[in-house]
Amino acid sequence: MKIFDLIKLPFNKNNPVTVQVLGICSCLAVTAQLKPAVVMALSVTVVVALANLIISLLRNTIPPRIRIIVQLVVVSTLVILVNQILMAFVYDVSKQLSVYVGLIITNCIVMGRLEAFAMSHKPMESLLDGIGNGLGYGVILVILGFVRELFGSGTLWGYPVMEKLGLYKIGYENNGFIIMAPMALILVGIIIWIQRSRNKDLCE
Amino acid sequence: MKLRLFFDNLKPKFSKGGKFEKLSSTFEAFESFAFTPNTVTGGKVGGGYRGSHIRDAVDLKRTIITVVIALLPALLFGMWNIGYQHYMADDIMRVKMGGMFFIDHLLCFVFGFLRMLPIIAVSYIVGLGIEFLFAEIRHEEVSEGFIATGLIISMIVPVTVPLWQLALAVAFAVVIGKEVFGGSGYNFLNPALVARAFLFFSYPSHMSGDSVWIAADLWGTDAIAGATPMGILSSNTELSIFNCQFSIHDLIIGTIPGSTCETSVIAILMGAVLLLITGVASWRIMLSVVLGGGAMGLLFNAIGANEYMQIPFYYHYLMGGFAFGCVFMATDPVTATQTNKGKWIYGFLIGAFAVMLRVLNPAYPEGMMLAILLMNCFAPLIDHCVVAVNINHRKKRWSTAERRNV
Repeated sequence: MKIFDLIKLPFNKNNPVTVQVLGICSCLAVTAQLKPAVVMALSVTVVVALANLIISLLRNTIPPRIRIIVQLVVVSTLVILVNQILMAFVYDVSKQLSVYVGLIITNCIVMGRLEAFAMSHKPMESLLDGIGNGLGYGVILVILGFVRELFGSGTLWGYPVMEKLGLYKIGYENNGFIIMAPMALILVGIIIWIQRSRNKDLCE
Repeated sequence: MKLRLFFDNLKPKFSKGGKFEKLSSTFEAFESFAFTPNTVTGGKVGGGYRGSHIRDAVDLKRTIITVVIALLPALLFGMWNIGYQHYMADDIMRVKMGGMFFIDHLLCFVFGFLRMLPIIAVSYIVGLGIEFLFAEIRHEEVSEGFIATGLIISMIVPVTVPLWQLALAVAFAVVIGKEVFGGSGYNFLNPALVARAFLFFSYPSHMSGDSVWIAADLWGTDAIAGATPMGILSSNTELSIFNCQFSIHDLIIGTIPGSTCETSVIAILMGAVLLLITGVASWRIMLSVVLGGGAMGLLFNAIGANEYMQIPFYYHYLMGGFAFGCVFMATDPVTATQTNKGKWIYGFLIGAFAVMLRVLNPAYPEGMMLAILLMNCFAPLIDHCVVAVNINHRKKRWSTAERRNV
């Protein structure tokens, strides 16, 4: 496999959310607005990339029987670090994300990449794979955050787009349904639909 | 037979290899709308297409038309009632008439007709437009299913619903509720209710409350305040206030505020009779919905913890969308259960949940929509269980018979 593919594939044919169907829970929970979605995407990217790197470095010394617990220790350390950094620098977003930063530990993408990739590949490849998968997850999060904030609250990154466009005056209203979690799931479904109709390899 | 010639002349152009080959589905749809097609949905033997939910000699076109005819009494009454509610509530009107209470029935009907026309038009244009589009993309024939769905959608929304919101809801219902799964006959949720649920959760201020049910003008979204029976009951008002505002006579005839065409129990029952005589709708489902609602209502009567629980159980049949949902929505052959035992369970739970939601959850004054959607989701599971139980039962009978023979 080419090095470049490790970054490229998670954006399309091997996307963690739309193809591997991992990390759906946080996809629904943190994407009501764009800002937390972006922060979450970056946090997960950092955690997956570094965890992949560390586990890949340790992979020959980890006894197979206790590998899950070793992986968990590494991941949770990284998550705590990320959480502290968020609290220090972007406190309001950290408040908004609340428990979901801590829950990165249980994000299936992290454990999935460690088990499926980092345990059997070299450090450099693992790091790239982590970055690729983190960003592939992040892309979906940002798309969802963009659509949901724009049509649900009429703002983007807190900026009142719809109001500035003057849409409220002609009778436009924000869609309350799109803020709710079910609509996020439907949006993920629509993204999967579009992706599969463009890419016939993915159809079973 | 000019029209026949017209279609025959055009046909080669739309057939394979013709100039407008890409629009063949559209042409086909208009041709079978104007004439009885040579090939009806008759089963795979003739090489034709068959609606997967039709297990009868009658074809999809006729089934849908029967439903539309059954909807007509409720539709016509609804139109009259929109005008009636408007003129009853409009104080200016009353003053103009010199304080006298004078209602011109024809005026009521014309007013309601003019209010309903844009709603029906938007529902059909958007819905059928998307159906035609999907049929062209997939090279399929346009299914007749939306003829009934589109009408039902326009009958279960408040009269003051903003038309762009309705268009959005119809588009959502047709695409996400139906076409994603493969079109008519493959959907697991009732598309009309998906549209209503979309509106309900997206724009709650236009779908519930006290000031959406009575149109203030001939055009626009302004409304005159006027609560529905269930709106009054769920806001913890006393039963005596309810009783002096709505007599049981009003509830049965349907001269109450509510969604456009679901208020009149009598008009809906007329449709129900037609559906039952023709066998289009399942009597088991209708009966069991009524039984389920009654059972839950009686249970609440026995508990009697608050004013709403004390209301006689048969009032639940007369208020809101219970009757309409029971006759036209729960019985939708695509989304209901298919087995006979399953139909009893399915219907009973719809009735029970609807009354339970009404009484116990003040956030949702009307429970019928959510109850039917919930049971739509469970219908395949119920069918599976019924079939599995039957298989086990027959296996057991077979093994005991075997032993006896030995």
